[in-house]
Amino acid sequence: MDTKLRNRLYDKSFYIVGLFATLFGLIVLLTLLIDITIDGFSRLGWQFLTSYPSRKPEAAGVLSAWVGTVWVAAMTVVVAFPLGVSAATYLEEYSKKNWLREFIEINISNLSAVPSIIYGLLGLQLFVRGLNMDRSVIAGAMTLAILVLPLIIISTREAIRAIPTTIREASYALGATKWQTIRNQILPAAMPTILTGTILAISRAIGEASPLITIGALTYVAFLPTSPISLEFPYISLKGLFDPFSVLPIQIFNWVSRPQKGFWIDAAAGIMVLLIIVFFMNGIATYLRYRYEKRMRW
Amino acid sequence: MVTTDTAFRIERLNIFYGEKRALKEVNFNIPAKAVTAVIGPSGCGKSTFIRCLNRMNDLIPVFRLEGKIEYDGMDIYSKEVDVIDIRRQIGMVFQKPNPFPKSIYENVAYGVRIQGFNKKESLDNAVETSLKKAALWDEVKDRIHESAFSLSGGQQQRLCIARALAVEPKVILFDEPCSALDPIATAKIEDLITELKKDYTVVIVTHNMQQAARVSEYTGFFMMGELIEFDNTQKIFTAPSNKMTEDYITGRFG
Ligand SMILES: Nc1ncnc2c1ncn2[C@@H]1O[C@H](COP(=O)(O)OP(=O)(O)O)[C@@H](O)[C@H]1O
Ligand SMILES: [Mg+2]
Repeated sequence: MDTKLRNRLYDKSFYIVGLFATLFGLIVLLTLLIDITIDGFSRLGWQFLTSYPSRKPEAAGVLSAWVGTVWVAAMTVVVAFPLGVSAATYLEEYSKKNWLREFIEINISNLSAVPSIIYGLLGLQLFVRGLNMDRSVIAGAMTLAILVLPLIIISTREAIRAIPTTIREASYALGATKWQTIRNQILPAAMPTILTGTILAISRAIGEASPLITIGALTYVAFLPTSPISLEFPYISLKGLFDPFSVLPIQIFNWVSRPQKGFWIDAAAGIMVLLIIVFFMNGIATYLRYRYEKRMRW
Repeated sequence: MVTTDTAFRIERLNIFYGEKRALKEVNFNIPAKAVTAVIGPSGCGKSTFIRCLNRMNDLIPVFRLEGKIEYDGMDIYSKEVDVIDIRRQIGMVFQKPNPFPKSIYENVAYGVRIQGFNKKESLDNAVETSLKKAALWDEVKDRIHESAFSLSGGQQQRLCIARALAVEPKVILFDEPCSALDPIATAKIEDLITELKKDYTVVIVTHNMQQAARVSEYTGFFMMGELIEFDNTQKIFTAPSNKMTEDYITGRFG
């Protein structure tokens, strides 16, 4: 066979293989979604969202689980965002190019590939036992924060690197200091991308069950963490941080492992709630990216 | 020859990027309150030179300077001098318009803000005055809070000039400010430069010789990192004393 013909054949077959691979992924995903929707849709409703878990599948709900997920996700952002952005800014803007920086960089990219259960073990040893945080919201959030930190650092560095030097030069030429330039020009311009990266990282984290099971998050929680806002002085309370909690993936995991069919339906409905939260967050990320691309034309 | 006051005194200036020498033994004085043009074929070190005057090259890690640049009697590369201070006195406008991704207002106000002035009145004032000086006020006064990217290229470049003026510098450096602009926008910038020389010392890099002839009083011709000739613009363009200058301005190369 002559080379030209063979190359064309390769071209064609790759196209077909690629198409099938894509379709395969899509079809599996769709089947899963449809299956879950068929199973779970009947349970999904106000009552499901506002009830605690129960021994009776028809009465069980995800209230403590979704509130726990929101708590943990929010606290993860509070911990990981400032740390990640500062670390990335340091690495990108201040650190000298030497062995230490290289060492840190290699470790950050390696960390982003570490299985999440390892972070659970770290959290158990460091936060739950070492720092006596117990199986609290804050221990869970710190654990997930470490899990997402490499992702936030990597996306922040990419965002900073994408800012053209001409912007830096413009700022310095006006007599700005390095910090003023970073604070007023670089970070604001990079922020939409940083936020997008952060949201995607968090939406990965809220789907994680294993690290939180490892640190001992409860599987059966019939109460909520203390509300952060109250009607009495001082109106704001951080007590909830130290309360035990559960999250959606753990609740789902718990239901799936029950023998009764009714709990499987609860699990499917729980998955839908989790998916809706994740889709919502991804929607925000996509919107930010879209706005960013429209606004910034260098 | 040069009778006016001197703004910059450049003595035995040598510039290196790592091992590579970009400027060789440059000596001359840049007069104050006049427009000085720097011309020469591309890659001859024009940008390198002009970026030495406000220490923009400090940002390049491999950059190294030998020799001396005095501005207003002070050695701008000496240890006691604050680079921030230098850049406030010596503003710069770049080749490609580079407004910040912010509103027109914030672009101009930025240089004032970072000096710690945050009162609305003084900012409003600085913004209006600077935009007027840059001949942009009438075109933008009704949309001052819109994104700077909504302006045309020529307007963006005038915004960059306004932004530099807001800091109240004494000198403005232009590095090929019109190379990304159409002829009409170019003419506006040239008019502006002619206007500015009453109050400011202006240095402009250009590869456009007609532009140098139109806007400047003095011209320096660089080639391969060396200052070949520096003189009154008229003299350079009518009776250059160096053969290479003559070849260049008559378009025989470059
Ligand atoms: N950041 C840099 N690092 C290394 N070499 C540089 C750098 N900037 C400019 N040069 C070199 O210095 C010489 C002069 O460049 P430049 O000043 O930009 O010339 P011009 O503005 O006249 O076109 C060129 O040979 C260029 O390659
Ligand atoms: Mg240049």
